[in-house]
Amino acid sequence: MSTNYEEREGGYGREGGYGFEREYERAGMPGRGPRRMQRRKICRFCIDKVDQIDFKDVKLLSSYVPERGKILPRRISGMCAIHQRMLAEAIKRARNIALLPYAAD
Amino acid sequence: MAERRTYEIVFIVNPDADDAEVMRLTEAVQKVITDQGGNVTKTEMMGRRQLAYEINHQRDGVYVLLEVDGSGAEIAELERRMRVNDRILRYMTIRVDEDRRRAEKLKGRRARKAERKSANKAKANKPATETEADSEAA
Repeated sequence: MSTNYEEREGGYGREGGYGFEREYERAGMPGRGPRRMQRRKICRFCIDKVDQIDFKDVKLLSSYVPERGKILPRRISGMCAIHQRMLAEAIKRARNIALLPYAAD
Repeated sequence: MAERRTYEIVFIVNPDADDAEVMRLTEAVQKVITDQGGNVTKTEMMGRRQLAYEINHQRDGVYVLLEVDGSGAEIAELERRMRVNDRILRYMTIRVDEDRRRAEKLKGRRARKAERKSANKAKANKPATETEADSEAA
């Protein structure tokens, strides 16, 4: 089961320009045994006190869209539910008007 | 019916169009809205940019952003016209007033929270005023 997890994490690729490489590496460590404690990540949007996420802000949004074009999951970015929902909505809007891809490659 | 709503409209014009044509189209859109009783509050040319995926075999497009106040009737009319206009590759209308109101609410709540926090801090520093702060919080 743990190997499965590893593969999934690796699938997002490490060369992406989003600022979560550290978390990725920690999550991608060979997790033998139940000892895979990690620091609870906190929501960046909560710290910055973001109330609204604009779908036109491609630079911001693309940092939460790995190469494949998928939306970065919450378990990796450590976002809170409210902001993840806002972000997902904004990304979907941006996709609709071709600011972001639905699927890349 | 008198309710005023705010919308954001983005549309993408075919990249073959020159600046004059984009201007013409934008003015036509504005005219449709004002004719229907809406009010254009903002017009922004976002310029030519690459599309994230091909639309009608085009790789680029000219983006135009409008902000509109209205009842919703003008949006229906405008969308019908944009649908038949083949120079417009894609359009999207988003209602933003509700989101903005929610954002305001969150902001207000945070401000109140910060106020309460500082009040509590004052209370901790000066235990003599405790009863006063308590009655305020109640």
